[in-house]
Amino acid sequence: MNDKVKDINKDDGKLVMAHMYVAFISLFIGGLMGVLQTMVRSGTFTLPFGIGYYQILTVHGVILALVLTTFFIVGFQFALMSKTVGMSDQQRESAWFGYWIMLFGTITTAITILVGKANVLYTFYAPLKAYPTFYIGLALVVIGSWIACFTNFRQLALWKKHHPGEKSPLLAYMVVINMLLWFIATLGLAATVLIQFIPWSLGMVDTINVLVSRTLFWYFGHPLVYFWLLPAYMAWYAIIPKIIGGKIFSDSLARLAFVLFLMFSIPVGFHHQLTEPGIDPLWKFIQVVLTFMVIIPSLLTAFSMFATFELAGRSKGYTSLFGWFKALPWKDVRFFAPMAGMITFIPAGTGGIINASHQMNQVIHNTIWVTGHFHLTVGTTVILTFFGISYWLIPSLTGRRLTKKVNTLGMIQTFVWMIGMFIMSGSMHIAGLLGAPRRSSYSEYGGSEQATEWIGYQISQAIGGSILFIGIILMVYIFFYMVFAAPKGYTEFPMAEVSENAEPTPKFLENWKLWIGITIALILFAYTVPFIDMLHHSPPGSPGFEDLIR
Amino acid sequence: MHLHKYERIWLIFGISSLVLFLVVLGVGAFYKGTQPPSHLATVDPTKVEEHEAFREENLGLRKVGENDYIVSVIASAFNYNFGKDDEGNTIRKIEIPVGSNVLFQATTTDVIHGFQLAGTNVNMMVEPGYINSLKTTFKKTGTYTLICNEYCGTGHHLMAFEVEVIDNE
Ligand SMILES: [Cu+2]
Ligand SMILES: [Cu+2]
Repeated sequence: MNDKVKDINKDDGKLVMAHMYVAFISLFIGGLMGVLQTMVRSGTFTLPFGIGYYQILTVHGVILALVLTTFFIVGFQFALMSKTVGMSDQQRESAWFGYWIMLFGTITTAITILVGKANVLYTFYAPLKAYPTFYIGLALVVIGSWIACFTNFRQLALWKKHHPGEKSPLLAYMVVINMLLWFIATLGLAATVLIQFIPWSLGMVDTINVLVSRTLFWYFGHPLVYFWLLPAYMAWYAIIPKIIGGKIFSDSLARLAFVLFLMFSIPVGFHHQLTEPGIDPLWKFIQVVLTFMVIIPSLLTAFSMFATFELAGRSKGYTSLFGWFKALPWKDVRFFAPMAGMITFIPAGTGGIINASHQMNQVIHNTIWVTGHFHLTVGTTVILTFFGISYWLIPSLTGRRLTKKVNTLGMIQTFVWMIGMFIMSGSMHIAGLLGAPRRSSYSEYGGSEQATEWIGYQISQAIGGSILFIGIILMVYIFFYMVFAAPKGYTEFPMAEVSENAEPTPKFLENWKLWIGITIALILFAYTVPFIDMLHHSPPGSPGFEDLIR
Repeated sequence: MHLHKYERIWLIFGISSLVLFLVVLGVGAFYKGTQPPSHLATVDPTKVEEHEAFREENLGLRKVGENDYIVSVIASAFNYNFGKDDEGNTIRKIEIPVGSNVLFQATTTDVIHGFQLAGTNVNMMVEPGYINSLKTTFKKTGTYTLICNEYCGTGHHLMAFEVEVIDNE
């Protein structure tokens, strides 16, 4: 088939689609587990066949937070790289190799969870101990993703070699930043899994250093959320302007924002460990300050987005102060879904500021408020942007058309999602403020009056969760319709151009050594002293507890 | 790099608010002393009963001053051990006079547990090998439920205890 019709190299398209199948199947399974949890917790439903609440909770977390996101992002980024800098046969082969390793790892972990030997939730905190294949599978997912990282690095490097002196394409630059962030962050995950968990679960060592394992996990756990968010930002910065008939406001500001995200999303893991013993509060505070530095690129992003919207509207002749707002294509789902996600980021980000605020964290730590929070960030802002991407990415890869019908269904899907999430996340936030814990099965806590108060909110979580599940069924249907049933034809792969009024991009933004150097320096600054302290003042290690999870 | 005039105003406003916010947090933490629970003492998780604070007779609520109390707790799956009363029965509830200053200290003999007095700011992680502690003053009477808010196994949601803050009179 002609490449012009497909709009992307056919073989690259297959590679991307392979990732998308895993992502959307994961969406369905993970969503099903989610709605089941809310039902159990409403106190009106018991799981059949001896399936445990914590088992489906583990599936839900692993498959949505780790599998869906990673496969979608890696696939989407390959599509962007293929469009901007191209992909050689050799690179495609290594990409496939990484894909199969990730898939094999996913299946290994999934089987371990399904047979009930890994009810440790997706954070797998030691010394709860899962069967070794759980950790081995996770390690393989990470290793597979590293192959994707290095393939992307190689793609840009080769392009630069063939285009000496030219600045790299914006989207390729963004992909490489995100993969750098992922690679540096997953080093922590790999360290704890390979050095601590696997030998310990295999019985090669008797004990594990719990605080070190948690610290390494959260060294990874916070940048993980930026690894989810940055692909959404890629779409906001460089794709949505095209969809709304505008241009990128500023190429250099977009790049600067990404660089700042790389630097300030890693040395901050302690804000997930604020209430734990063994870490000096001074170092917690230092990491809190570093955490808040990401507000700067967030401000840049908010400004750029609204500048893009306004310029697009004005170029269409809307002159009044807010008239340009009407010029936005509100009925185009490729715009509407990500825009709904963007708007959600305002309350979501506000909640995040509360969570990371040193002392204020104590009010909500490990309450269901936190669950409500990340169902807004990753569960709405990120995922609605990913859905928004899918509406054009999938048909453009399969050589089909984004029909009016799909557009309408997508609009309905977005509304359903927003309503369901408003109810579910809203009641999670309120219940959390009242003290209701996250990650807990239905319980009346011995008839406690407080717990009785939470149950009403748990019922509304089940209502919101059910509405969201309808949204998931709709989305999965739309996905398969776009793959197999939509009429054949051409769908544009939208990539925006930079506004002719934008300033030229300074060279230093592509000084990779500088950015990686600063990133590493910040990590060393934030972690060296507290980490040495941790090793120095370690208590005796912990044996594994595998009986507590059966 | 060139910034648009409005963008500069926006960034200056945003970054100044951010700095102000961080200063407030810092003053709270270092001047007012409101730090998150971060106790640094360690303990052998297999021998916590040998530690002064967690000896059988020191568990539960202890009055240490006019208005001061210490509450020592050993968490384990899926229960909080507050010791035994004078008759040798397991303590299932404690009563604290309103307005008293209370130091909570806790550790675990097995996995990680949460320690959250729902509806208050008493909220900390209890991790094997460490003692965590937190000071608070109860200003309102009422029944508060102490719950485990960190997943610790199949019975996690059953792990709870009752704390009553009572009138002094
Ligand atoms: Cu975080
Ligand atoms: Cu628990």
